[in-house]
Amino acid sequence: MKVSTDLDRRFRERAAADGSLDLAFDLVDSPIGTLLVAATGVGLCRIEFDPEPERDLEPLARAFGAKVLRAPKALDEPKRELDEYFEGKRERFELPVDVRFEAFRLRVMDALAQVPYGSVTTYGALAARAGRPAAARAVGTFMNRNPIPIVLPCHRVVGANGSLVGYGGGLERKERLLQLEGASLTLPG
Amino acid sequence: MAVPPPFESFYVEHRDGVFGFLVRRLGRDRAEDAFQETFLRALRSYGSLTHASNLRAWVFTIAARVAVDEHRRRRPAVANGEPTFEERRPAYAELEHLADGLPPKERAAVVLRYGYDLEYADIAFALGSSEEAARQAASSGVRRLRRQGVSL
Repeated sequence: MKVSTDLDRRFRERAAADGSLDLAFDLVDSPIGTLLVAATGVGLCRIEFDPEPERDLEPLARAFGAKVLRAPKALDEPKRELDEYFEGKRERFELPVDVRFEAFRLRVMDALAQVPYGSVTTYGALAARAGRPAAARAVGTFMNRNPIPIVLPCHRVVGANGSLVGYGGGLERKERLLQLEGASLTLPG
Repeated sequence: MAVPPPFESFYVEHRDGVFGFLVRRLGRDRAEDAFQETFLRALRSYGSLTHASNLRAWVFTIAARVAVDEHRRRRPAVANGEPTFEERRPAYAELEHLADGLPPKERAAVVLRYGYDLEYADIAFALGSSEEAARQAASSGVRRLRRQGVSL
């Protein structure tokens, strides 16, 4: 017998309120396509482009625990901040995040978080700010594996010659985000 | 042995079956609360599951237990008259404990049959198997328990 949409929704709300989920996720419409947004009890931990839950949930369960459930209510805050960002009404994210990086990668991601809205920096400049000026290539890898793109603004990192280079979600999305922020591709200094 | 799938996949796979089972046991109105309670209990124990085999039998056993609790809650013991089945029945918690070492399907069949007094048709539905297979699972579970010195 089919469970009604209403009963399903009520169960998901109760499960999220129960505090026993390892991870709650939802699918969110945005101007750059549907996003899978996921959070632990600590904070936002994942944003995926072009989500396919059948494929995406297994790795999330391996990383955060098997108690993974789509629970829209639990993602209210990230969804609100993302909506505001896409409407051009928010330049900084204030939501708590749950990301764990080690040593050098942590310094790089910290430096990334400081890149202001509407501006761009380079892989080399981030590497230098993290204390290893020659590590531009490693920085590129970190950007590619950014667990929470948009919020940690890897779209603001470009090549030394101003080319977009690459983006985990595809170059079109990178361009779109930079346009949204009104960024010009003029590099500082 | 494989680890349990993400809870979302487990829930989506079994929600309709569990709801149907609870509607049969409790009626439509009461089935809704029991449905939420069943999957909340499943969620709370999901992290300590060490197997992924026969999660259907596992969640139906939880549902059967929720249905019994629900009966008790709604129908407090009457002062006089025959005790109801739920009051007479051997402690199902104890049986669940004794049956813990059985393979999941046999465990579910034994607990549903002897702990919750379900008909084989319902057990078959819960296990997603034929009535004959349900009967066999229960009897081989019982044999296995007897070999371990448990009497039923």
